[in-house]
Amino acid sequence: MNPSLLPLGDLSRALDRGEARPSAVLEECLSRTARLDGKVHAFLRLTEGQARAAARASDERRARKEPLSPLDGVPVGLKDLFCQEGVETTAGSRILEGYHPPYDATVVRKLREAGAVLVGKLNMDEFAMGSSTENSAYGPTRNPWDLERTPGGSSGGSAAAVAARFVPGTLGTDTGGSIRQPAALVGCVGMKPTYGRVSRYGVVAFASSLDQVGPFAQDVRGVALLLRAIAGRDPNDQTSSLRPVPDYDADLEKPVRGLTIGVPKEYFGEGLDPAVEKSVRMGIAALEREGCAVKAISLPNSPHAIATYYLVATAEASSNLARYDGIRYGQRAPARGSLLDLYEKTRAAGFGAEVKRRILLGTYALSAGYYDAYYLRAQKVRALIRRDFDQAFAAGVDAVVSPTSPWAAFRLGEKVDDPLAMYLNDIYTVPVNLAGLPGISVPSGFTQAGLPIGMQLIGRPFEEGTLLRLARAAERALALPRRLPPLLERT
Amino acid sequence: MAIDRNTVRHVARLARLALTSEEEERTAAQLGHVLEYIERLGSVDIAGVEPLSFAGDASEAEAVMRDDAVRPSLPREKVLAEAPEQDGSAFVVPRILE
Repeated sequence: MNPSLLPLGDLSRALDRGEARPSAVLEECLSRTARLDGKVHAFLRLTEGQARAAARASDERRARKEPLSPLDGVPVGLKDLFCQEGVETTAGSRILEGYHPPYDATVVRKLREAGAVLVGKLNMDEFAMGSSTENSAYGPTRNPWDLERTPGGSSGGSAAAVAARFVPGTLGTDTGGSIRQPAALVGCVGMKPTYGRVSRYGVVAFASSLDQVGPFAQDVRGVALLLRAIAGRDPNDQTSSLRPVPDYDADLEKPVRGLTIGVPKEYFGEGLDPAVEKSVRMGIAALEREGCAVKAISLPNSPHAIATYYLVATAEASSNLARYDGIRYGQRAPARGSLLDLYEKTRAAGFGAEVKRRILLGTYALSAGYYDAYYLRAQKVRALIRRDFDQAFAAGVDAVVSPTSPWAAFRLGEKVDDPLAMYLNDIYTVPVNLAGLPGISVPSGFTQAGLPIGMQLIGRPFEEGTLLRLARAAERALALPRRLPPLLERT
Repeated sequence: MAIDRNTVRHVARLARLALTSEEEERTAAQLGHVLEYIERLGSVDIAGVEPLSFAGDASEAEAVMRDDAVRPSLPREKVLAEAPEQDGSAFVVPRILE
């Protein structure tokens, strides 16, 4: 098989054995992207020059047969909210058009140090606010499995680029499902680590008590390799954890016999597409065949998660996005009057409709007279949502299993005019961010129309290793046919 | 919960966002719709519950304090190069004192 089509874990092995050369893999990736990204629109920009130089340097290291990081020479794409020195970074917004960060995000530095080849910046909903990539100021991304449909969001470009085999791995961010939901909708693996597992230094902030960085790949092993490279303590992010980072890959094939998975009844109720339910139940059966015990559980406060999330996230966003004022970086609107006039016009011209809506909702929820009724109350319900998970884990559950999204990929334009319908995409993913837990989406099958379906696994804090093992067991036991999106078959 | 246009105007001013009158009208309707959904939180029994504002590991909160020591920051010229208007040493803003 053409090495550039391999899942990241297999490509890494091929590079180790000298069966693939980084520059050759990169050229294949770039030529596929040049041929097909006009249809998909996963990338906002490519950094071909830098990528070719990095790949050549990796060619030399690989030729010397030095012990190297498993990512050395692997092409990786970045959601366009990771600061990369000198490379335009817009977060999908007009207000940051032309912004060239003067420094690298910590995760970008770590990927460089691991020898990864950074290929370009990927499309996203503006400031990561959305579930379809339709809120990008630069036009939507399309799902490689059906170009009339969304790849999900907000990390839609990161997911689509992996599904279309433009790159074997990408990074995204997940505030309410923005890695797991698009991974499910394009049929790849995507993980949101525990809050604090990965540094957010140099990552454009949306909601700071929820945001977390994580990887996408076609395979669980690829996600494990990427996570190990980016995780760990960073003195530049005071919320990053001091805990050592395990070698996730080393334990990946360990049996899952004896682990208990909890199936929460609230995640299999009204609104769930029957085809998705059937597929996820097959995924659960596969884990049972691998020796897991399955236990019915209840997470009774889950139905409050979306309402809680849209108060917490918008309140934090209204504060985080105050920095875009047309003074220090990004765009400034022409304004003749006062400083206030300059702020108001710059922000009116620079932000899109959904970002404005969320800033206004968050500002309202934090404004005098409403704080207790909205924000404070939401933080208390949030504590109850976390308590539900704590109780399930205390009762012996090692991981909670659910659908990732209630439905497969929907049509572009289908939900864009109804903010609430769009928010319900995240019904199964949002509680995980509110509770600060790790979650992973792994493919469980396809609909009759051939659209991918994803299964979510949720773990104890800092138990990414257990989740990756379970996801790998599901991947192994389901042994889904390795289908290519129709887009690729035609070429 | 219904939101009127005066409230939208007040919140938009707090958020430093200029809205067109069409945007004001649309925002009033959409925020009202979303707030109606959010009102459901009013029925949750939260008596005696402590709010959760930090989802990380609270036991590490002490350990992650750093020394308050001076360290190098980004080079001034690289930072100023990104500003819409600057004079080589500072960001330029409209006059704020008469």
